[in-house]
This record gives sequence, structure tokens and C-alpha cells, in this order.
Amino acid sequence: MYANDHGEAKSIRASVDMKPPPFDYARAESVDEAVALLAKHGDEAKIIAGGQSLMPMLAFRMAEPRLLVDIGSISKLRGIEIGERGVTLGALVRWCDIERQPKLSHAHPLLVEAIKHVAHYQIRNRGTVGGSLAHADPAAEFPGIAVACEAEINVVGLNGPRTIQASEFFVDSLTTALLPDEVIVSVRLPPWRVGRCWGFDEFARRRGDFALAGVALFYDHEQGRVIDSRVAAIGIGTTPLRLTAVEQILVGHTIDLAKIRHAVTTATESVDPPGDIHAPGDYRRALIGVLLERALMKAAGLNPSEAG
Amino acid sequence: MVTRTSRFNVNGKPVQIDVEPRTNLADALRHHLKLTGTHVGCEHGVCGACTVIVDGAAVRSCLMLAAQAEGSNIITIEGLPRGQGDTLGPLAASFKKHHALQCGFCTPGILTTAHALLTEEPDADADRIRDVLSGNLCRCTGYISIIDAVLDARSAYQKQKIA
Repeated sequence: MYANDHGEAKSIRASVDMKPPPFDYARAESVDEAVALLAKHGDEAKIIAGGQSLMPMLAFRMAEPRLLVDIGSISKLRGIEIGERGVTLGALVRWCDIERQPKLSHAHPLLVEAIKHVAHYQIRNRGTVGGSLAHADPAAEFPGIAVACEAEINVVGLNGPRTIQASEFFVDSLTTALLPDEVIVSVRLPPWRVGRCWGFDEFARRRGDFALAGVALFYDHEQGRVIDSRVAAIGIGTTPLRLTAVEQILVGHTIDLAKIRHAVTTATESVDPPGDIHAPGDYRRALIGVLLERALMKAAGLNPSEAG
Repeated sequence: MVTRTSRFNVNGKPVQIDVEPRTNLADALRHHLKLTGTHVGCEHGVCGACTVIVDGAAVRSCLMLAAQAEGSNIITIEGLPRGQGDTLGPLAASFKKHHALQCGFCTPGILTTAHALLTEEPDADADRIRDVLSGNLCRCTGYISIIDAVLDARSAYQKQKIA
């Protein structure tokens, strides 16, 4: 012990003020144990995994739980499965795990691209997909991907397992459909079709910061015409939003410059982003148009210099 | 206040501390283990000054509870490799050569981050280094000399695998 290096037998007790509120800590060795602890303590307990969203919330005392239930050592929540049913990510999969799985660049290129924008190096080494979903920041990338891809979020509670559709999972800013006794165990992104076109772009004032706005989209096509499309936006509402009006005008058409201009007009007319300290609503509306244009140009393989 | 005992290794030595559960790893290192080389800036995961290496990965020690470090191997700025005859290690020597610090407050976090990066990716290019160090705020240097220093230190990591 370092204390012993100085000839002191006992640990040095420091008296310091701390930013987080006082709480108890329990390490759950299984999902069942975590659920039992949540059921016993209800709203006063919170799950901690990587802690990359919860620790700042505690530091600001925006969250004041009485008990933290650490699920970080439940190893069966760590896997990445790639198969016929798509990509299934365990709740404890970290951003750096996604970066280091080379098969994902074919199995889900949109996921891989979006994850490149998540936070900074040190945070990516601890932040988890389950934590991002549970925290439900409306500007976060992964919830946006979950909504765009119609992901299924698998949870376990006192009444057993259930699956929540991403479209129903995000209820409000920092608010989800999770019950107080439920733990996220995995999230499944449906299979990625061969030949699918996709784009992701966001704008943040500093690399790695939360985006002021972002767009994730993909479409499938046959003989040059779009047969199915998904367009989602982050940072412009209380949850990630599907831009269904844009999706509808793309179907049945070829993605050319005229169609992209039409999509941009449709998008900026259909969204109503709130303003805040970071940017006024009108700025975010304009940003959605620019980001949608860039993402569609990328998806269609068009040269940015051709844009009007 | 109820305390909790946590055991982990710091710079190769086993330690045991009794701390309140809310104690983050940065405070545990500084206040309880007296390893004050780890600096605390924002205390909510923005500045990167408190970066330490946990089981090989650079992490923000203010965003991790001491309790979560149970059983892990931690390297702090005090534990980075030294040169022969207890001289500056390759990164620190390169930072000195390139004048890559002024006030020095952010430097421990930048050195630990760069050490973790070069240990894993000794051939990291300037873009990769810039991307990784975007998580460390330095308000003095403007980063140019920092990027130069890390690039210059790569040769030491390429020649020998430094643990």
C-alpha cells in the first residue's frame, strides 16, 4: 500500500467534499440479482454500467439515487452477435468494442459510421450501448440509429423478459419506457440488406461533443428507384425523430439532385426544433436541411461539388 | 458515513482503500492514495485532465467510481515508464523537447492518453492522434507542439513494446 511506504499502517482518511450525492453501491453478479435489487428499491435505485452519462448526472446532482446497482461485471451482457437476425449488441458492449469488430463494417455500416461520432477516446473505452439507450439523450447517436433502424430493445424485469420497439422506447428527453425494475440486456438491429444505400452526418461545435443536430438514413432500391427508406434526426426534439414525410417522398424515385432538393425542403418544413443555449431553433432547422443533403449525396454516391 | 473497501493495483502495487461509495477514482487516487499527479479539472468528464489507464484503456477517472475499479490494474502518470537511469520517459522527454506544455495542468492526462494510444497503436498518424487528443482540453499550447511531441515519441513505442 502507498500509505505503508510512509510507515503509516492505516489508510489515510481524507475529509473532502464531493460533487455526487451520497448513495450506496451494490455489484450485481447476474441480471436476476440486478432486477431483484431494482424491485426492492424502486425509483431510489439506478443501474450503473460504464457510468459515462450517469456520473456527470450525479456530479451535477441531476440524479440523486440512494443506491447504484453496478452491472459492469455481468459478462454475458458483453457480446456482439452477427447473424441472420441482424446485429445483436449486449447491453455492456462499449463503443470501442464496436470499433474493434471488423465484421460490423459489412454487417451494419451505418452503425459503424454513427459510432465514430460518439464522444471522446476515453469515454468510448467505457460508455455502453445499454447506457446510451437508458440515458436517452435526444442528441445521442445510438438512440438515433436505434430509431432509424427500428431496433428491438430487450429488457428483463420482475415479470420476466420483454421486447420494446425503439419507436416506443424513447418517451421524452432523458425518459424511456423502462419500468423501475427493468434492466436492458441487449438491442437487436434488424438485418442489413445487401446493396443498401446509407448516410450519416452530424454537426457538433467540438469533435466528440453532443451534436447540435444529426441525420441518419438508409434506403433500398430496385432498378434505380427507392423501394423503402428510413430517415431519422437527432438533436431537434425531445427524442430521436423519424422524418416520415421525407421517407415518403423518396419512395418510388431515383435519388438525384432535384429529389435531394425536394427532400431538404420537405425536411425543413416538417421539423420544429426548439432553441436553447447552444443554438436557436431556426439554426437547427437549417442544419437539418444541410445534413440531410450531405447524407443523401453520400448515400446516392453523388459528388458534393454538384450540390446547389 | 458508511465506507466500502476496494482493492486494486496502482502502478503495480496492490492497494486497499475504505471510501464512501460515491468517491470517484480521481479523488481516491489523489486524496486517499496521495497520488496527486492525476489532475482534476471539470469533474464531469469534459476536460480529460484526470485520465488514467485502467486495464490498458485510457479512461476519465472522474467518471468512474473507486468501487468500480475493484480488481483492476491502474496506471497513473506516476507509473508511466521511465528512461534509463530514472530519466524522463520517451513521451515526457518528447514533450520537453517540443515545448508541448506551458502551465502543465492538462499534461498528466495527455501523457496517459498518449501512452495508452501508442502502446496499442504505435503507428498512429497525426490525424488519429489529433482525434484521440480531442478529449483533452489544453488552453495554453494550441496543440500543435503536443501533436508533434506524440508523433516524435512513436519511435520508442515502435522499437520496444513498453508496458
